[in-house]
Amino acid sequence: MFTKAKLAGLAAGISFLALGSAQAVEIEYWQYVFDSRVQAMDKLIENFEAANPDITVKQTTFPYADYQTRVVAAKVAGQGPDVVQLFYGWLDQFVAGGLIRPLDPAVFPHDAIESDFFPIVSAMKRGDDYYGLPTAVRSLALFYNKAIFAEAGIEPPTTLDELLAAAEATTKRDGAGNITSAGITMDMAGQDHHWWRENLVRQFGGEPYDAEGNVAYDSEAGAAGLKFYTDLQTEHNVGLLGFMDEGQAAFRAGLAAMTIDGTFRLGAFASNPFEWGVVELPANAEGVKSNYSSYFANAIGATAEGEELEAAQKFLAYISSPEAMEIWLETVGELPARRDVALTEANLADPILAPFLSGLEYAHTTQFYDEAGQRQVAIDMVNRVLLEGQVIEDSVKQAAEAEQAIIDAARQ
Amino acid sequence: MASVHAYQQTGRVRFWDRLNISTKRVIWAWTFLALPILFYTGIRFYPTFQAFWLSLTNWDLLRPAQFIGLANYQKMFADPIFWKVFQNTFLYLLVGTPLSLLISFVIAYYLDRVRFMHGFIRALYFLPFLTTAAAMGWVWRWFYQPVPIGVINSVLSTIGIEQQPFLRSTTQALPAVLVPAIWAGLGFQIIIFMAGLRAIPGTFYEAARIDGLGDWAILRKITIPLLKPTTVFLVVFSSIGFLRIFDQVYNMTTNDPGGPLNATKPLVLMIYQTAFSSYQMGYAAAQTVVLFTILLIVSLLQLYVLREKK
Repeated sequence: MFTKAKLAGLAAGISFLALGSAQAVEIEYWQYVFDSRVQAMDKLIENFEAANPDITVKQTTFPYADYQTRVVAAKVAGQGPDVVQLFYGWLDQFVAGGLIRPLDPAVFPHDAIESDFFPIVSAMKRGDDYYGLPTAVRSLALFYNKAIFAEAGIEPPTTLDELLAAAEATTKRDGAGNITSAGITMDMAGQDHHWWRENLVRQFGGEPYDAEGNVAYDSEAGAAGLKFYTDLQTEHNVGLLGFMDEGQAAFRAGLAAMTIDGTFRLGAFASNPFEWGVVELPANAEGVKSNYSSYFANAIGATAEGEELEAAQKFLAYISSPEAMEIWLETVGELPARRDVALTEANLADPILAPFLSGLEYAHTTQFYDEAGQRQVAIDMVNRVLLEGQVIEDSVKQAAEAEQAIIDAARQ
Repeated sequence: MASVHAYQQTGRVRFWDRLNISTKRVIWAWTFLALPILFYTGIRFYPTFQAFWLSLTNWDLLRPAQFIGLANYQKMFADPIFWKVFQNTFLYLLVGTPLSLLISFVIAYYLDRVRFMHGFIRALYFLPFLTTAAAMGWVWRWFYQPVPIGVINSVLSTIGIEQQPFLRSTTQALPAVLVPAIWAGLGFQIIIFMAGLRAIPGTFYEAARIDGLGDWAILRKITIPLLKPTTVFLVVFSSIGFLRIFDQVYNMTTNDPGGPLNATKPLVLMIYQTAFSSYQMGYAAAQTVVLFTILLIVSLLQLYVLREKK
């Protein structure tokens, strides 16, 4: 009797499962763990499932440090995600590894992509194919502590010279000359390497990479840019690399008057116990402005086939739709990747968002081959000058050679 | 039906009975040993030999591994960063092991004589050993910060000494990482040393005192020689620990792992980065083979040097 009941239960279970699989297709979405991003995606999935009752989306997340390894390992095991988030700088690795597939131009027409999105979407294009679409984009700006600025009686800087003057006016030191509150944070492992590469090098008259994508900063401009940066510590003593461990930590603690950071920091800074503001990254004396813009895009996994592929395309279309971008902006604080969603009157009037949006207009997107490796080169370049007293020109030259080697290796 | 059962049973009993007692013991022993041996073969020995093979390939996780001979080893021996890392690894070993053993022996030697709050003091020394290396790494990382938040630098500047860069220096960073690593291992070494001290029969000391030997002579002629098995164990154990140092370094330098300028990078961290940041699995396997060889040579060498002379 008991066995019969078990059998009946089993049969019911199997038929239920079969029914489920006949009705709904399940696709997997992968991204890294970041509270507000996960929440925003939960909301998007909820909306998407309500509109498409025959599709369920399962969100899987991994810690950022493990994320790429997991994607690669899943591909090896043949169990990759159907829709996957990736940093634009990882694209070459993902394409070379066959982790993602090109977007079907019939579903995602190229002219629509090119007219609707900010031009930086071109970083997702290889040959004739787009490999992914962003929901949100990021740019940099200068955050400043309003209380410290008011105390010093100064206005936020708009040029590099004003930046230096503001940093000098706001730095506090103890009797021995040690910084107790920095004028500006120095954090090469944070966003400063982008500031040097895409802003300072250009503002001192050079360019970081040539048209073929080879390193071009081994020049007077590159050295002048690096000197401006390292002088903040060595000449002017307005910042200290490693002060409060990380630049963002120093700013959050109210122990730094200025820090250069991205849109993704807005959420974390929202709870700062003091008033802070944002301005565009300072221009040089000639008024040349620049910015570094980056994004995480969503792509379709190489293992998605048949109805899963169709569902994945629908999902990707939804999470790069104007509606999704607005939800993302509200929840995460990142800028919409479509021009008409981003450049609304309300957004342009927002004192926090406006500087980031203006930055997008003239932003550059570095084409990374090995983002972590290329960042390490920049970190080491600054450390050689600050810790080993290497001549600035030599350090830039050494960095250029090391970075070119990374690029060459990746192109093989 | 019943008779068949009975017949089978007697058959089995007869076979088992025919074996003598020592054969039975061997069979039992192997039955119990089989499981761990199979387990170890599957998850330890097989991957170890696999790593030797991988070190001769260019496997990058994505594409199938191709045999490339000794190219990984050539690349490694020509890489200045590898030699820097190699040097760091031995610095951790050659400074860490003797220093930690000396300190723990001195503490154990004197703690052994203390009766007042003995248990409490011992617990205090043991506490760091129980703490997660990651948590400890972060606490020490903040200790080493510049003013105004770094405890050590705040003390230094109040007594008028210039603040030190510690982790932000190519010369001070490695010792700065080593200090918490030594501190963390002390508790364990003290306990083992104290057990060793207690195991020396009291009669030896009584005899020595009657013969009029001083404390120093007793220490040199009785305590240290008789502690040799304990010392050998701790030297091997702590050497392997320092050769494999990772957690402290990684957690104290996460912004620039093993930095600044590779000043603190040990071999294990280099292997980790090669494998899981660059996905050069073949190259990482070659580095692992080097680490394995170093561990083997160092362990064998120590066992030989500190062997029982008969």
